[in-house]
Parts: sequence; C-alpha cells; structure tokens
Amino acid sequence: MLKKMLTEDVIRIHESAENWQQSIEFACQALLDNGAIEPSYVDAIFRSHQEIGPYYVVGPGIAMPHARPEDGVNRLSLSLTVIKQGVNFDNEENDPVKLLLTLAATDSVSHVEAIQQLVELFMNEEHIEAICNASDVAAIRSIVEQY
Amino acid sequence: MKIMVVCGNGLGTSLMMEMSIKTIVKDLGVSANVDHVDLGSAKGTDCDIFVGTKDITEQLVAQSVVGEIVTLDNMIDKVAMKERLSAALTKLGAL
Repeated sequence: MLKKMLTEDVIRIHESAENWQQSIEFACQALLDNGAIEPSYVDAIFRSHQEIGPYYVVGPGIAMPHARPEDGVNRLSLSLTVIKQGVNFDNEENDPVKLLLTLAATDSVSHVEAIQQLVELFMNEEHIEAICNASDVAAIRSIVEQY
Repeated sequence: MKIMVVCGNGLGTSLMMEMSIKTIVKDLGVSANVDHVDLGSAKGTDCDIFVGTKDITEQLVAQSVVGEIVTLDNMIDKVAMKERLSAALTKLGAL
C-alpha cells in the first residue's frame, strides 16, 4: 500500500525549514501540486494545531499532519517529506521532527491499511533513520518499496 | 471494559493508537472494547479509560470527562503504552 501511495513525486527532501509552519507547507506541497488536496486542507491542519496543539507528532522525530475528509480532500493520498536539520513542534518528547507524512483521507475506513503500514514503518528505527539521512528521493523510495 | 482512544480529528492518530492498544489488551488477556473518537465528541462518551497524547489528555482533564485518563508521550512506543495501560487496568480491577 505505501509503495503504491508514496511514489517519487510525493517524496521530497528539504535541508531545513524556518519553523513548524513552513515544514507543514513543505509537507503538503506535493499533494497540492498533484491535486489530491485543496489549499483549505492545509488551513485545516493549521487550525487544528492552533486549537489542540502538536498532537499529530506521533513519535520521536515523526509527524503525521492531517485534517478531516471534508476539509478539502479529493482523493486518498500520502506524501513524505524529510527536513534534514529537523524542526521544533513544541513537543518536548519528540522534537526535533525530521520526517513528515501528510495523510489525506476521504472517509474513516479507506486509509486503515495505509495507517497499519505506517505504524509498521514508524516502529522500524533502522528504516526511519535511513529515510531521514537519505541523500536523494530514490534512496527513500527503496525503503518505501518494502511496505 | 471500554477503552476510548481520542485524537483531534478522530481518524488519523487515534486509529494508529487503537490498533496498538487492541494488540496490547489481547496480550494482557483483558476483554476490552477499543474504539476511537475525536476530541469534540469525547465528553459525552461512556467509557472506562480514555487514551491520548499529552495535548489531548490535557483537554480531557479540562473537560472533566468521567473515566481513567492515560497519557502517552508518543504513539510508537508500545512498551510505554503497555505499562501505562496496565496501570490503569490494575486500578480499575481488570488486571
């Protein structure tokens, strides 16, 4: 599932981001470019961060920005973004965040398999480290292909 | 035993935790119903244990929900998840 969803065009590497806001913008750009989400979806991610905080930082160095299907999702999609120098999300236990997986779901069931595989990936420290240190998209893609 | 995982939108991170928690309660041999809900709907939900990350559980405390509240630092560390969940289940007499 991940190998089907995380194609090369939705994997991006950035050297750094000015702040968490910019890292979210980076992390959503590929899905805006391919039409999977509308700009309103990015706004909704910022809004839920403002209301609830960085709850979508799922573990050490990893965030999964997402909002709700009705916030502007055109199709089920994922994108993977690496911020090599990391960025702080005011989430003491898990900062700095280096890996962002933007999730756009169209309903509450179709993304279950993708989430299952993401959990598997997130628990594989070796793979996460390799993704965060990858020098190009192809190197990341070779890991994603195993899921 | 009813365990409710809470997140901001009720479909991403809570689903992630729900999957891990289902495995954990099975390991512990506890018969529990595990489901997920968004923060806005949590208060009216009837359950024994609420689980969420810090940002979420702080708000559950502020809303004074009825039930044990289990706070997680992250959603990947199954060892910590099992520890904290076991403590809550023990407190409720389910373990």
